[in-house]
Amino acid sequence: MAEEAAIQAELIKKFPFLESKVRVQRARRIYTEVGPEKFAEVFDYAVKNMHFCILCTITGLDEGQVLSFIYHIAREDGTVLNIKRSVPKENPVIKTITPYFFAADIYEREVMDLLGAKVEGLAPGKRYPLPDEWPQDQYPLRKDWKTPSKGTEAKQNA
Amino acid sequence: MRKVIIPIGPQHPALKEPESFQVVLSGERIMEFSARLGYNHRGIEKACEERTYIQDIYLTERICGICSHSHSSAFVQAVEDIAGLEVPKRGLYIRTLIGELERIHSHLLWLGVAGHEIGFDTLLMYSWRDREVVMDILAMLTGNRVNYGVNTIGGVRRDIDADQLKQIAKAVDTLEDRTKYYIDIATKETTVIERLSGVGVLSHDDAIRLGAVGPTARASNVKRDVRKDDPYAVYAELDFKVVTDSHNDVYGRTIVRMGELLEAYKIIRQIVKKIPDGPIAVKAPRKIPAGEAVSRYEAPRGEDVHYVKANGTEKPERVKVRAPTLANIQTVAKMLEDRQLADLPIVIAAIDPCFSCTDRMISVRNDGQKRANMMKWEDLHTYSIEWYRRKGIDFSKVNEKFKKAVK
Repeated sequence: MAEEAAIQAELIKKFPFLESKVRVQRARRIYTEVGPEKFAEVFDYAVKNMHFCILCTITGLDEGQVLSFIYHIAREDGTVLNIKRSVPKENPVIKTITPYFFAADIYEREVMDLLGAKVEGLAPGKRYPLPDEWPQDQYPLRKDWKTPSKGTEAKQNA
Repeated sequence: MRKVIIPIGPQHPALKEPESFQVVLSGERIMEFSARLGYNHRGIEKACEERTYIQDIYLTERICGICSHSHSSAFVQAVEDIAGLEVPKRGLYIRTLIGELERIHSHLLWLGVAGHEIGFDTLLMYSWRDREVVMDILAMLTGNRVNYGVNTIGGVRRDIDADQLKQIAKAVDTLEDRTKYYIDIATKETTVIERLSGVGVLSHDDAIRLGAVGPTARASNVKRDVRKDDPYAVYAELDFKVVTDSHNDVYGRTIVRMGELLEAYKIIRQIVKKIPDGPIAVKAPRKIPAGEAVSRYEAPRGEDVHYVKANGTEKPERVKVRAPTLANIQTVAKMLEDRQLADLPIVIAAIDPCFSCTDRMISVRNDGQKRANMMKWEDLHTYSIEWYRRKGIDFSKVNEKFKKAVK
């Protein structure tokens, strides 16, 4: 666990506001949470200076008042750093990370479709994964969206 | 030369699953390629939130028919991490064994599909015949050919006896023999070499930049394998090597998969020899304490990522799945750049796509209607013409010309 502790220490040393916010869960699994104003800085440092060069995926979460996004980035040695950021639900704007990871494109489209995130700076392209005629403002992975039961009218998002 | 747009899919004889590609051609050369996925979306992530952890094991297992064990393993690993369960060694050995058997059946299946796509159907018949050997072993061990139902939170559900281990060892000998024959074909048969070499080229740098995973990445000499880098189950105790190749093309991908078959036999032999006695599972609580975990698993197609968030109840708060094909599909456009249209089926097949894994959700919405509509043939025909017209593909002029010509 020495390697994980070193990563934890490096993050806290570089970004003192992360003190007590970097958690080593087990070998090769590190979690942290960063505020919206500092996210870009921490993410940039982790990718460019700490060798987190693999993007596993982006997870979107509906946490009541906020939408959260977890960026799972990994190193060649298998260590995964999970950086979480939250944005208010009424205006869920995040910046694209495609300049760092080309492959982020499809993951960002996925959180756009399923959770209603607005991704700034993402090049125009085809939606994923919902059908073209899917109604607007319907985000299936939000907690207030209920799966329509068979034979009943689809419940509209209030 | 005039550019022509050709739609391939969502339903197309060259595709094994529904997905839609749009190809812009100049003559036979591909100028542009774009993919539209989502035709296999079934609502599994949302459905997982509405079901208990035990039900979710079987649901995640059904994300994909071929790598079913990969998904259920990735899911239970995440839950075990959150609950802090220590799975007994024997349970982990059995889980690994089924995982490797699954890799064998998947790679042999791929070999057949690849053979079929290049018009070498004898290879399809041969490799699928041999695949039955491993399917029989899986059926003997688990009772099922594809959705094994072996995993549970805290271990596995079925034990293995000494007689079964003997049969596995025997089957592995047969399979190894056959695989060596296929490697012989792949490396000596000129038609195979000529048809696959230089097709679907993905350079080392592009593979890294575009985030390729699994055999697709390893055939571009990217030495990444979750089993080695982030070992789970008992891979840390087993001796195997990560097979890579630097051909960077479909031929390389064939070599990598064949090499991985040999490694899988090596792994299974070690498991048969080393599998310890003892319990196969620990009892897991129905309610999983609040927490989160990320689980990675090297599926036959590449890295499978599951994220699970628990909230202290018997149902998860969130289950997120990233299947390997979603990472690999983005490399296909690069592979097809300035290539012949005739290469498209084999290039797509060479990433071993599984769109059923990649998409996970569709919700059938019948706004207000009590019963789902059944379309009549004419309606369906009109609908499909309209659908393509919206995509910029209009055959009406061609049809009129054709009608005049017939008159």
